[in-house]
Amino acid sequence: MKALLCKQISVKYESKLALEECSFEIDTGNFLGVFGKNGSGKSTLLKSIAGIIKPNSGTFDFYGIKKNEIGYMAQQTPVQKDFPASIYEVVISGTLCKHKRFFFYNKNDKKLADKNLELLGIEQLKHKSFQELSGGQKQRVLLARMLCTEAKLLLLDEPASGLDTAAAEQLLSTLKDINSQGVTIIMVSHDIQNAVNFCDKILHLGKAHFFGSREEYNARTA
Amino acid sequence: MLELLEELFSYSFVVRAIIVGISVSLCASLLGLPLILQRYSMIGDGLSHVAFGTLAIALPLGFSPLKVSIPLVMLAAFLLLRIRESSKIRGDAAIAIISCSSLAVGVIVMSQTVGMNTDICNYMFGSILAIKQEEVYLCVAISAIILALFVFFYNKIFSVIFDINYAKASGTNIEFYNMLLALLTAAIIVIGMRIMGAMLISSLIIFPALTSMRILKKFKSVVICSAILSCICFLLGVVVSFAYNIPAGASIVAANLGAFLIFWLISSIIRR
Repeated sequence: MKALLCKQISVKYESKLALEECSFEIDTGNFLGVFGKNGSGKSTLLKSIAGIIKPNSGTFDFYGIKKNEIGYMAQQTPVQKDFPASIYEVVISGTLCKHKRFFFYNKNDKKLADKNLELLGIEQLKHKSFQELSGGQKQRVLLARMLCTEAKLLLLDEPASGLDTAAAEQLLSTLKDINSQGVTIIMVSHDIQNAVNFCDKILHLGKAHFFGSREEYNARTA
Repeated sequence: MLELLEELFSYSFVVRAIIVGISVSLCASLLGLPLILQRYSMIGDGLSHVAFGTLAIALPLGFSPLKVSIPLVMLAAFLLLRIRESSKIRGDAAIAIISCSSLAVGVIVMSQTVGMNTDICNYMFGSILAIKQEEVYLCVAISAIILALFVFFYNKIFSVIFDINYAKASGTNIEFYNMLLALLTAAIIVIGMRIMGAMLISSLIIFPALTSMRILKKFKSVVICSAILSCICFLLGVVVSFAYNIPAGASIVAANLGAFLIFWLISSIIRR
């Protein structure tokens, strides 16, 4: 079943073209890896799918995915550096997008937060402060928060950056588990070698964009 | 000490000022945390100058200062956020322009109408005598609304300021929350200005949250601590101002500064 159709997306940043004519189509349950050099527009593409920036031309068609069923995870923002927040406060805030009128947490939200803390192995950090964590721990907290949204489409911008090889591997296999439960994932990464095996579709941004299955991609580069 | 307090509370204007002051301090400290964390601290300062300008215009025309100033300052808050988003002029520069201009307009209007006298001093640096009985009801009502909105949107505000892109991606209307915060800040500034004065009101917004963040590292505990701290510093400031005949606004700021230094000292001892 089709999940997202992306038609000829172009994004400009102050008259400079950040992303040109990008098109692809993914099905529900796909794991799309977006690769490319620095400045090729990977993060820009992800932000425009997330609705954070508006593309100058082109359209996105979502199939069976509502706006509040999209989870987005990027690198830490400068605001978060000295932000007073406990891990639990951050993780449970992921459940909020399911609330329409009342923004208080209920029993299910608390259960969900605990479940995801456990899933990512950070339940012992629950009462720690976010700013005191290491880079890898922070990534896991942000991932746990994203899982609390129970999103149908996950958008990840370099989720494994700042992690050592083992931790990155572990994070990717957690993502693969989530993916195998039918969640569609789009992941931006600069680390093609390690990430490519987790993906079933590849989008490579460059002078000429490549889009196809992993097999096609491997055949092309081989 | 007890005698002093007894004497203090025997004046009805002091009781009025304390009721208004406590509700303003509480709300200002709550709004301060999101403003600081989003790097919007200067908005409070800018808006207080705008509030001064609008008061200067409202007074000679015989309008009730609060009823004219609150909507006008809210409008200024709305414009400030809009300018920030359009990013043609940098946000901090825009605040500087708006705040100086409205201060100048206020001083010009005042010098031509009521004259440069104690009135201007009262609005610049605050006066505990300024609050009238009917204003108390308005102030308490507005504070109650602000408090209710803050509690209702508490979790949402957290999620928006912690990660604006994430909130945007999951379909949250960011503009609504930014606007809400700016409008509430505008309202609290106008009310608080009668006691604190235009020059000093932004301290009520900035100090308590900044002080709490020295030691506390959780959002909820920072919120609670800054609310309590803000009220304590206000009361302390009023008592000191009464005992030593200092303008209330200045002594409240001094109390806040004292609390900040103490917290800062404690935090640097803990870190060792």
